[in-house]
Amino acid sequence: MSGIATREAYGKTLVELGKEHSDIVVLDADLANATKTQYFKDAFPDRFFDCGIAEADMTGIAAGLSTCGKVPFMSSFAMFASGRNYEQVRNSIGYPGLNVKIGATHGGISVGEDGATHQCLEDFSLMRGIPGMTVMCPSDAAEAKAMTIAAYEHEGPVYMRFSRFGVPEVHAEGHYNNKKFEIGRGEILRKGTDAAIVATGLPVGAALEAAKALAANGGPDCMVINMPTIKPIDRELLQKAAAETGEIVTVEEHWISGGLGSAVLEAIAENPVPVYRHGIDDTFGESGPAAELLHKYGLDAEGIAAFVKEHVK
Amino acid sequence: MDFTELKRMANEVRKSTLTSVYYAKCGHPGGSLGACDIFTYLFFEELHIDPKKPQDPDRDRFVLSKGHCAPGYYSALAHRGFFPVEDLKTLRHTGSYLQGHPDMKHIPGVDMSSGSLGQGISAAVGMALAGKLDRKDYRVYTLLGDGESEEGQVWEAAMFAGNHHLDNLCVIVDWNGLQIDGTLDEVNSPVPLDKKFEAFGFHTLLIDGNDMEALAKAFAEARETKGVPTAIVAKTVKGKGVSYMENACEWHGKAPGEDLYKVGMADLEKIGAAL
Repeated sequence: MSGIATREAYGKTLVELGKEHSDIVVLDADLANATKTQYFKDAFPDRFFDCGIAEADMTGIAAGLSTCGKVPFMSSFAMFASGRNYEQVRNSIGYPGLNVKIGATHGGISVGEDGATHQCLEDFSLMRGIPGMTVMCPSDAAEAKAMTIAAYEHEGPVYMRFSRFGVPEVHAEGHYNNKKFEIGRGEILRKGTDAAIVATGLPVGAALEAAKALAANGGPDCMVINMPTIKPIDRELLQKAAAETGEIVTVEEHWISGGLGSAVLEAIAENPVPVYRHGIDDTFGESGPAAELLHKYGLDAEGIAAFVKEHVK
Repeated sequence: MDFTELKRMANEVRKSTLTSVYYAKCGHPGGSLGACDIFTYLFFEELHIDPKKPQDPDRDRFVLSKGHCAPGYYSALAHRGFFPVEDLKTLRHTGSYLQGHPDMKHIPGVDMSSGSLGQGISAAVGMALAGKLDRKDYRVYTLLGDGESEEGQVWEAAMFAGNHHLDNLCVIVDWNGLQIDGTLDEVNSPVPLDKKFEAFGFHTLLIDGNDMEALAKAFAEARETKGVPTAIVAKTVKGKGVSYMENACEWHGKAPGEDLYKVGMADLEKIGAAL
């Protein structure tokens, strides 16, 4: 069962934003069909620039455009939009604090068959290390849309990670009809008393499913928090969840060091509770269908439930 | 300004450059001094800029891609009136807005933060692209180092500029022939630079970058060139004007002590008196 991929929502939202805001320009590095910036290219060819397979240059061009009042959204796969051009993002966008939005698609192992070279598992970590950078990852298409709009409205550099693989919607239809996405705010998807599962991005839905399955099978009874903004992280909510449940499990399609798990640890460091980090543990990914890889690495509902059961007493 | 006035100003910019590096006790005097004629011509003749309106959206832009030559750049900006010349003595000091490499957030007149080599030219390309999009007639200039041109990103940017016919972009390469570890040949030479830019679709000019008349002619030709960007490969003498620094690799990135500072200032005073 798969839903709309968040990259799809990102691409379509760029077109919606482009209709309203003439200052938006979109850049890609020869992956427009995959990142879904192709929709913007079709709608506004004059405001779309294919920089070719030259991500470092694309990053600098985006920076230059932003100094002249444009709001550039630049896209490539997460590996090449945060890794290949890391130092360009740091020095040409981050240091001057320019208003550039990085829409990175194909994050995590759910890239699938392309394998380890294309499965970025460190982008949260890399981007979190840049002062002033906002780092986000949506759990479903509706959130991806709302997040993209919020990124445009936010003044300053933003990194967003979207997925290649579609997963079922976490949010009820119409959830964002009269509600804006708030950068820096997490949301409680399920109440629970034994532990809090804090998840970001693609595995959020699976975490919720896992919590429901655990509750139906004798526990533990887990709160589930969707944490779409990894930086700045919602400290208030995390401290509240820690105080109420006493144990935290983090879930991310990312290395367990440097990403959400680390951000959560930092947020509750002064009033600590045990934090069990679930994700990819210091290993590269591999080829295979996305659903199979998510299962193999324990990032589906079954794997998350097993991890929670193993750690939460 | 006439050429004599420009040459005198370039000499003043050189003195301020040497002074700022001396007070900083570190920095990059060699490349800065070599490029002072380029800085002076750009900021006193070529660029349409107003020190009272450093953020004017219609201004010409300049990006110092070889950001380590900030001392020369800042000196030209200061003499042009963007900030007090006296402040140059605070270069690289804790708390000073005059950061070791250009910082657009805090330094009036600086259009782009730079210093990590190879990146400034891409930003300049983005600015030129924005000018085309907005149908504005401002021009964008960027100064690259010859050693900097070993960075692959320079050629990514050149490819884009050529393919997009950014004739509002003028790239100047400061060809002084030296980099930190030695001569270009000893390290990994990017020469011939003019031929390379030509292959990427640029109109190219090879000139003496320490000759004010040659600079005037080249920038005029760049301005008249339509349909393609221009690259001016400017042969310069690293350390120009300070006897012991000329063509000396060792002065790429260190400051003179008091005695040598005095020698350098005397060299420049002598040059100024002859103008």
